[in-house]
Amino acid sequence: MNDISVITLNNVVKRFGKQTVLNHVNMQIYPGQIVGLIGPSGAGKSTIIKIILGMELADEGSTNVFGKQMPNRRLLGRIGYMAQSDALYESLSGRENLQFYADMKGLNKRSSDMQIMHVAQVVDLTSSLDKRVNGYSGGMKRRLSLAIAMLGNNDILILDEPTVGVDPALRRSIWAELKKLRNQGKTIMVTTHVMDEAELVDEVALLLGGRIIAYSDPYSLKQYYQVNSIEEVFLKAEAINNAYNVNY
Amino acid sequence: MRIMSITKRVTKELLRDKRTLALMFLAPMFILFLMKLVFSVNSTTSVNIATVNVQSGLVSDLDKVSHIDTHKYSLSKANDALKNGTVDAVVRYKNSEYYVTYANTDASKTNATKAALKSSIIVNNMGQLKRSLLRFQSQVPQVPEKTSKSGAIKIHNKYLYGDKDTNFFDKIVPILMGFFVFFFVFLISGMALLNERTSGTLYRLLATPVKRSEIVFGYMLSYGFLAILQTLIIVLFTIWALNVEVVGSVFYVILINFVLALVALAFGILMSTFAKSEFQMMQFIPLVVIPQIFFSGIIPMDSMAQGVKFISYILPMKYAGDALTGVVMNGYSIGQIIIPILVLLLFLVVLTILNIVGLRKYRKV
Repeated sequence: MNDISVITLNNVVKRFGKQTVLNHVNMQIYPGQIVGLIGPSGAGKSTIIKIILGMELADEGSTNVFGKQMPNRRLLGRIGYMAQSDALYESLSGRENLQFYADMKGLNKRSSDMQIMHVAQVVDLTSSLDKRVNGYSGGMKRRLSLAIAMLGNNDILILDEPTVGVDPALRRSIWAELKKLRNQGKTIMVTTHVMDEAELVDEVALLLGGRIIAYSDPYSLKQYYQVNSIEEVFLKAEAINNAYNVNY
Repeated sequence: MRIMSITKRVTKELLRDKRTLALMFLAPMFILFLMKLVFSVNSTTSVNIATVNVQSGLVSDLDKVSHIDTHKYSLSKANDALKNGTVDAVVRYKNSEYYVTYANTDASKTNATKAALKSSIIVNNMGQLKRSLLRFQSQVPQVPEKTSKSGAIKIHNKYLYGDKDTNFFDKIVPILMGFFVFFFVFLISGMALLNERTSGTLYRLLATPVKRSEIVFGYMLSYGFLAILQTLIIVLFTIWALNVEVVGSVFYVILINFVLALVALAFGILMSTFAKSEFQMMQFIPLVVIPQIFFSGIIPMDSMAQGVKFISYILPMKYAGDALTGVVMNGYSIGQIIIPILVLLLFLVVLTILNIVGLRKYRKV
């Protein structure tokens, strides 16, 4: 493992009006890791992602990606992003969607053709690539959305709920692909609600009330909280956190 | 090359949205066609003319003109009838000259009266001429003499309302042409970017290394292409189907409309950043679009108070309206429309810059 982190959040504070969404968040993510960002809705998961992508500016602290201060437009070429909503052009075909984002990523014609074939295969959409997206099922849209995020020569993949509405067999193959990418040295950040998916990641970041309350590998976390699953870790951590808040 | 990809993608989406296309191309034609129907109704309504001391030969000639009815009146009764709307014009013959007073509440009736009177006088003179020529046993018709004779008769025109230039329809058509271009491009381009925002694709797009300016220019190119088509259709339809006479160059009309369309496009995109939904976008119509009509020149500007007039200088439709009216009705040359066009281009540049800066709201770089 490399010592130099690819994503560094340093004392990041983000407020929307009076509400503090991120409260001094520190995070170092190293290459070749799958990091699971878990936390209840409203915990600030999406805000962390937006700050890493440079869509939002932190009110305090700094964010570095590949050692460079974010926001930085050029670095976005090395980050693949899949949003929580499918965000597809419904009147275009799957291929046209992929082609468009390949152009936006700055791929040339030859490598984009190759990559489109590859990512379509990963998400099992090869046969319906020329159908229009408005004829896709919910799961197909999710898969196309994931395929778009995989386009390009990304060193970082940021996936917001990538496997919602995806059936178990396909979910398994998607995770297999994510692990393959990880083994190639890529960094993957995943937010998820599915707790058994959280068992598959290398590091779990537990986000609660705008703070990272735990950041470790699943095994150590389970040991620390003396439970058998990440789900229980989550529940226990939340209970402790609430008790802490009540006491003070 | 990203600009071209965005252009291609936006155009593709547009072409597949048949209903929006229909709105852009068919709706203006439909409205213009309706207007033609509505306005041509006027020319078939009958015009009542009161005659005072007019020789019976001319009166019967006037009566022969379709949709014209004449009524003999005494002078005072004729004026009363004109005031209470029983007749549309009073023709009085005095000292071998005609004194015509028009109610002029309906410009098409005034024009019908003028045309009928003129032709009747010519017909009447021709009849007299023919009779005198026959008396001289001459076989050769003397054309120049006829026209000069009819021209010798003096017609004095008076108007109860407005003046001889009051011709509402002629006045609004060039402006309406521009307004349709403005309105539809504004609405559809605004909706398109709004849709991109609400569906989340804008965020996704901004998560790639695309420049903000590339998004704006990509949109401008594809909608500019569509605006050219729409402008061509509206202009040609207006000229052919509505038989509107364009005194100046048709090319200038298209040019002005095209620049206006680009302004509308940039304006629509800008306004869409202030809307959260399609419904909110619609709310800009009474706020932003309708005032453009008021100050576009449809309502005479010189009758407005100075302070109110000032508002018009910040509205693009005013400049387009001025230039279009100038070309269509007065045959302005490029030198006379260059200033309004430059002002429109200035609007375009400012709005485009605002749009590029405005996208910063969604990505901080």
